[in-house]
Amino acid sequence: MQSLSKVCLFCLLLLVSSVASANLTIEITRGSDQALPIGVVPFAGSDGLPEDVAQIVQDDLERSGYFAPLERSAMFEQPSQSDDVQFGTWRSLDVRYLVVGQAEQTDGGFELQFELMDISGQRRMIGETVTVRGNDLRGAAHYISDQIFEEITDIRGAFSTKIAYVTAQGIGDDMQFGLYVADADGRRSEQVLTSDEPIMSPTWSPDGTKLAYVSFETERPAIYIQDVATGQRVQATSFDGINGAPAWSPDGRRIAMSLSKDGQPEIYIMNVGSRSVERITNNNSIDTEPAWAPDGQSLLFTSNRSGGPQLYQYSLGGGEAERLTFTGNYNARGRFSPDGEQIFLIHRSSRGYQVARQDLSGDRLVVLSESTRDESPSVAPNGTMVIFATQQGNSGVLSAVSADGRSSFRLPSAQGDVRDPAWSPFLN
Amino acid sequence: MQLKPLARSLAAALSIVLIAGCSSTGGTQDGDSYGSQDGSTTGSSTSGTGTGSQYGSTSGSGAGQQADSRIPEVRTIYFDYDRDTIKSEYESVVMAHARYLRANPNAQVVLHGHTDERGTREYNMALGERRAGAVERFLNIQGVSSSQMSVVSYGEERPAVNGQDESAYAQNRRVVFNY
Repeated sequence: MQSLSKVCLFCLLLLVSSVASANLTIEITRGSDQALPIGVVPFAGSDGLPEDVAQIVQDDLERSGYFAPLERSAMFEQPSQSDDVQFGTWRSLDVRYLVVGQAEQTDGGFELQFELMDISGQRRMIGETVTVRGNDLRGAAHYISDQIFEEITDIRGAFSTKIAYVTAQGIGDDMQFGLYVADADGRRSEQVLTSDEPIMSPTWSPDGTKLAYVSFETERPAIYIQDVATGQRVQATSFDGINGAPAWSPDGRRIAMSLSKDGQPEIYIMNVGSRSVERITNNNSIDTEPAWAPDGQSLLFTSNRSGGPQLYQYSLGGGEAERLTFTGNYNARGRFSPDGEQIFLIHRSSRGYQVARQDLSGDRLVVLSESTRDESPSVAPNGTMVIFATQQGNSGVLSAVSADGRSSFRLPSAQGDVRDPAWSPFLN
Repeated sequence: MQLKPLARSLAAALSIVLIAGCSSTGGTQDGDSYGSQDGSTTGSSTSGTGTGSQYGSTSGSGAGQQADSRIPEVRTIYFDYDRDTIKSEYESVVMAHARYLRANPNAQVVLHGHTDERGTREYNMALGERRAGAVERFLNIQGVSSSQMSVVSYGEERPAVNGQDESAYAQNRRVVFNY
């Protein structure tokens, strides 16, 4: 009986690894020099489990840029509970925090116990027993990462969130497009739409249950709304010309978009319930790429009314749109930080198209990325990271940079070109 | 930036340039029929033969009718970076399509506008639409009915070729005539 379950587990492992090969895999490209040293000890009892929980937690923490995990090979002790932790041992390894834990298989799934220790303070900070139903060890590991991250940084963790992104393969008239949803670490990707016509600009509903996106499946662009869990979808717009750049309002009742039905692309707001649209901008220039301020009171958008693309903010209370960007002659596709105090955007510098940040209290623009063919920045719901599309060689890949620019990672894929990432809101 | 009036006057100006261009490149016939926009389609057809030379030979007056019954072979024109101006070297291509559409009032064309991959995707959708729109207005001024034409921008979503150099970019900045 026991050997049978071991065989099953082995099969499961094979299955998991074959699914994983289609996923995005993380490559840390820049580590922060201010990252906190932390040790995440392999969980006792995790041999033979389908996932290495401690490794997932360690990878989450490292990817955030806030932590520099100790290598496992340097851990000459591997305690699994706080009582067994020798503080001196870990102090000598320059570790400031330590995570210990154990895993146990139960009838309906698994039980995980973890504890977070403050090594310099010689105290236990938090601990919890996490019950895992079914096989969702990865979800449980991301939950543990969230708890550890928030306890130490006072910032809510975003490891249990998702990303949506678009893939493309082929060239010219012979192309295949896919819309995917994956964990924030790129794993467990699931295709939610496939088409031989372009798919663009996914945006999450604020409750994380739906995606709106542009699809050319009728050989012209239209905006669709799809339930992520059920796959059920409806066509929300079918105007002449561009139906583009959907952005879901924070209250979930409206979608801002760019429509060219009256000539130039202009910003409109659609009522999701009634499907009626209200025109917001009205001038002889390109207005597109709207984004909602977190308070829902204003829209950020790209306009070339000054000649080239620049970012403007329009208050829904009325008045003129205010130009926000003045550095350089190409600033586009802006997104607010969750606190509304900063914007992230694509800035054309002397090196190329790069992800940049601008504080709204001042005009200073700071380039964050080192890559030079960047597009589509999307901000994590806790504001710590910005995911974006860029090029690696001749291939489109997703990359992320911390909001302070200190750390970055890349998510290469075997699925052809990957682009148009959209970071989900908090899902729990 | 007031594109519409600008493009309209530009297209009109280009028509005039074209008339001049035709006579200066030896096309002695038909100059008047270009300008008249009366829908009559006698005379020359200009059909490019490959990607390089879009200046096709000017056929004799007898062959004109026959040529206008066939969709012109060259169905792609190319644009400069960040521009929606129809370059002079492609005017003859657009004129050939104008003649075909005037001669075949039941023919429908979808103008697909494309950009290179630089810049943001949705902004490029707008640029692709401008390119296709510039061709649509040019055709309209040449007497093609609006009901025969529609515009779809693909932005940077359907590149013709892969690559990150100027030669690849130049082949991707295009408007394609789809019948």
